[in-house]
Amino acid sequence: MKLRTKGAALLSAAVVAGALTGAAAQAQDKEFTLAVSIPAATHGWTGGVVYHAQEAEKQIEAAYPNIDVIVSTASSATAQVSSLEDLSATNELDALVILPFTSEELTGPVEQVASNGTFITVVDRGLSDPSIQDLYVAGDNIAVGANTAKWLVDKLGGEGEIVVLRGIPTVIDDERIKGFQDVIDQSDIKILDIQYANWNQDEAFTLMQDYLGKYPNIDAVWANDDDMLLGVIEAVDQAGREDVQYMLGGNGMKQVIEMVKAGDERTPISTPYPPSMIASAMYMTAAQFAGQAPMRGSFKLDAPLITPENADQFYFPDSPF
Amino acid sequence: MSSAEIATLPESEGFKIRWGDLAPFIALGVIILLGTMINSNFMSANNILNVITRSAFIAIIGVGATFVIATGGLDLSIGSMLAFVVGIMVMAMNALAPSLGPWAIPIGALVALVVGSLCGLMNGLIITVGRIEPFIVTLGTMGIFRALITYMTDGGSLSIDRSLRNAYRPVYFGDFLGVPYPVIITLVIALLGAFILYRTKYGRRVTAVGSNADVARFSGVHVGRVRTMAFVIQGFCVAVAAICYVPRLGAATPTTGQLWELQVITAVVIGGTLLRGGKAHIWGTVAGALILEVIANVMVLSDMVSEYLVAAVQGAIIIIAMLAHRFTSPR
Repeated sequence: MKLRTKGAALLSAAVVAGALTGAAAQAQDKEFTLAVSIPAATHGWTGGVVYHAQEAEKQIEAAYPNIDVIVSTASSATAQVSSLEDLSATNELDALVILPFTSEELTGPVEQVASNGTFITVVDRGLSDPSIQDLYVAGDNIAVGANTAKWLVDKLGGEGEIVVLRGIPTVIDDERIKGFQDVIDQSDIKILDIQYANWNQDEAFTLMQDYLGKYPNIDAVWANDDDMLLGVIEAVDQAGREDVQYMLGGNGMKQVIEMVKAGDERTPISTPYPPSMIASAMYMTAAQFAGQAPMRGSFKLDAPLITPENADQFYFPDSPF
Repeated sequence: MSSAEIATLPESEGFKIRWGDLAPFIALGVIILLGTMINSNFMSANNILNVITRSAFIAIIGVGATFVIATGGLDLSIGSMLAFVVGIMVMAMNALAPSLGPWAIPIGALVALVVGSLCGLMNGLIITVGRIEPFIVTLGTMGIFRALITYMTDGGSLSIDRSLRNAYRPVYFGDFLGVPYPVIITLVIALLGAFILYRTKYGRRVTAVGSNADVARFSGVHVGRVRTMAFVIQGFCVAVAAICYVPRLGAATPTTGQLWELQVITAVVIGGTLLRGGKAHIWGTVAGALILEVIANVMVLSDMVSEYLVAAVQGAIIIIAMLAHRFTSPR
């Protein structure tokens, strides 16, 4: 028994060694190695990130034969730290594109990678120390809230009663809510209630049912994520409530963009916080090496309203999100 | 203890009101009273129907969990298993829809029942044949089922075919003589569960195995078989819950059923089933599921609690309910 496990261990060691030399040989033909570290697909938005990262990997490798892209997903902050260690131990990294799980925990490990001279691109969630990054690409969560609020103030004529569903207690959620509230506060619109529904369809459904039971009149609903919006719509339809004029979300989920395109009366707009920002970051980083385009600084993707006119630009039918 | 005492004991127990068994219902009553005082909308027919209907999932899965927990087991995989069964069911229905039309729905439901039972059987066999703690086995299968649904949906969502959506919707939203279908299904499952637990030989074996596995073994009970069967019942109940779940939102996502295992275990324990096994209350579990949903509902209806503190108040109420239970029960 013991001998057999030893044999198996030897065999697997040989396989691993073979794989490693194979990878090394492959890496030698390529001039630049670009590693991408992102969260695993645990919900809609990160599912979109993984999809867009994989698509961008194929496109970049096809466009620039001298660049090798490695995409690595991690299911937690700790796992992401480990995967960073593994990536930098087994490869000469020229660039690292990272969407950090959390700011605090990843700052040290990324700094470690940067100290080897690797070009660092940070996406979405900033590190605690911004001086580590060479390039920063992110969406604008405050604008997601603010642009939706401006549209709503306009449509409701500056007055009315609305309810809000928020996500998981995080900076992202806080910023969206802040951007929204700041604009709404300047109008006569009253926010009847704000509660957490954890960016979850089921929880949004039950919360919306409760809102509908609690308030006899609701003019509009804002769920700060499209996943939740789908639950909200189901609850309103079931209750048969005619008073709800608008149901808005945010993020640019495929199903909701389809509704916008179809000219839905209650959901005529959305705002993007697109998972495809990972692809934007990868392209910019690749341009730094393969093209003659220096890419340093901070790039903030705006959150313009998605309307039936421009919806096509935000619609990726093959993406899971 | 004299022999006279032993002789009279069962008789006196039969007439005495067992406060311990009633505790979950009293707790439910108190919380409902509280809700009525806090917001007049609480007692509106719509609100009550919403809350009862949505508690169906936890109650149905809870009936199965009552069996597992009564045998001294524990199943952490139920939330993920639900998501997995929902995923398989949606895929099966979508695949069958073009050829069978609306008949894809009952066939898909049948597929779900088979898959759910098999998932339970797998849990049970690994535990009993492999002799591994249920906690560890189901922790493992929890990860496996969750990963499978994430894989099946690519991290996005898996929606039911539009042609089936309208035909299937009434299973959650429809009603028979004013009683929503999920409530009827819950009652049927709870009645079946109560019958099996209290009126059959297998039911008596469940509690016997849970209170003392060795004694049960010495008296000729096949402990492994009883335990495995409990997990199969659990899997079946998860599938029934999945059948009620799909028509509500019509989709499976990687967050479907997330953390439901904790809600289910809480409902079962609030209901008076002992976490260490040996004592089971099916109707208590149903009351427990209602308690959890009513608390959440009251929290939203009240304006007293900050949105940041809702979970803390929910936790406190559950602990208070359990303490009240402890002091009202004889032991």
